Amino acid sequence: MLNMIAIMRKELRSYFASPVAYVVIAAFLVMAGVFFAILVRAQAGTVEASLDIVFGNVTVVLLVVAPALTMRLLAEEQKSGTIEVLLTAPVQDWEVVVGKYLASVVLFLVPVALTLVYPAVLLHYANPDVGPMIGGYLGLILFGSAFLAVGVLASSLAQNQVVAALLAVAILIAMWLMGAFAGSARPPVSDILNYLSIIGHYSDFSRGLVDTRDIVYYLSVIAIALFLAIRSLETRRWT
Amino acid sequence: MIEVENLTKYYGTHPAIEDVTFTVNKGEIVGFLGPNGAGKTTTMRILTSFLPPSSGSARVAGFDVFQDSLESRRHIGYMPETVPLYPEMTVYEYLDFFGQLRRVPRRGQRITAVAEMCGLEDMIDARIGRLSKGYRQRVGLAQALLHDPDVLILDEPTVGLDPRQIIEVRQLIKSLAGEHTVILSTHILPEVSMVCQRVLIINEGRIVAEDTPDRLKASLQGVDRVHLEVRRPTAEIVGRLQKIPGVQAVQDRGDGVYEIECAPNTDHREEIAATVIQGGWGLLEMRQVSMSLEEIFLKLTTSDAQEQE
Repeated sequence: MLNMIAIMRKELRSYFASPVAYVVIAAFLVMAGVFFAILVRAQAGTVEASLDIVFGNVTVVLLVVAPALTMRLLAEEQKSGTIEVLLTAPVQDWEVVVGKYLASVVLFLVPVALTLVYPAVLLHYANPDVGPMIGGYLGLILFGSAFLAVGVLASSLAQNQVVAALLAVAILIAMWLMGAFAGSARPPVSDILNYLSIIGHYSDFSRGLVDTRDIVYYLSVIAIALFLAIRSLETRRWT
Repeated sequence: MIEVENLTKYYGTHPAIEDVTFTVNKGEIVGFLGPNGAGKTTTMRILTSFLPPSSGSARVAGFDVFQDSLESRRHIGYMPETVPLYPEMTVYEYLDFFGQLRRVPRRGQRITAVAEMCGLEDMIDARIGRLSKGYRQRVGLAQALLHDPDVLILDEPTVGLDPRQIIEVRQLIKSLAGEHTVILSTHILPEVSMVCQRVLIINEGRIVAEDTPDRLKASLQGVDRVHLEVRRPTAEIVGRLQKIPGVQAVQDRGDGVYEIECAPNTDHREEIAATVIQGGWGLLEMRQVSMSLEEIFLKLTTSDAQEQE
């Protein structure tokens, strides 16, 4: 546990030692701000006041942001050989993987927390429904965390950061499109594909519906991706 | 302190090390000597639990490096060959990070002490990415020493250092003997005789010799040689010298210089001198030369390679 925290803190410090953290946070905020501005203009004069569209659009941004945050985490250690120093210390593989993952989640929460300005603005000037906003944020955090876990897995499989990022984007797009494939499949297969679709579980949240099945889905994606990342770190040494 | 039994590691079907067995006692400094690709790094990676062995076992401080790897790793300080470091961290941050992972008590004090030991006081707040090779090497060494480990495993600790730094690092390693057990790999032979109490020579994954540097030099695969120089060399000298009992080979080096190989631990200088004087060739110089560690090393590693071919 202590090791995990030490690794997480070290990774957070590394994020801020390079431009990555600043660029990612800035890009995320700019995009979210644009979406919010569009939303406000579109809803001006209507009775509606919700962040629904913002949440929907931000998920697309995460397709790039999440791999950018995670690509370095394990790939760079394996490329530079520092993994040898790290893993010959009395540290367990899961502490390394989970510690690094948590660092990326914490970093992701920074811009998410900063976007809380938007619901504050809405609450001040309009009378929005609070439920969908809370649901939307919960969904965004779960959705982003699942993306980051997939990114960590991709980073464990590659020794090159760019390869790790591209691999993460490829896996995420495949998981995203599961729902689209479902349209052209028959019931048993289409149900499975719909269940696996990473975006399919997201829409309920921004409508204010918090379904345990959706929460379980995202937590499962996180658990499986991190488990595979730990295994990949182990087996890399076996061959 | 370190017990290695029948250790074997295959990469695919190719054996990196085969049936390696040795022990290192507490407080000893042992040199691991061998050409590139002989299996030094592989052995060290198994000892530090970075790689699992294909078969055989290794124990460090009484703990199996595979079954009890977490416990055995606590007792080891390791510096890998290329000294990988995090370039974005400062020296202090780097040592502090590993100090946390190693649960070093009174961390700040200990980091200062180790930095001083390794000559890093002035660089403590410098970014590692900006350090020279020599300083990086010291950071790696400081990391290995940080938790005052029982066993130090150093892969090529003096590579890339300037001569003055090499001397400093060697002195530092020597000063660790007694309390710490040290295994260091090197391909610099004089380093072994200067620093190590015992040498393991490894070639093509097998240990081909094991002894103190002095004993290896003196006799192990021992051939004692006599260097001879005469004023008036003639064609018959080689034949006449070879007739002396105990003389194994005579080589004509030209200009009246001969290298005479004698049976191990024998001294034939008297008979050689008598023969030269009888022949009236004019004795100019005669002295015994022992084989250098380089020659022993080459002899051991090349003859072994030829046998396998």
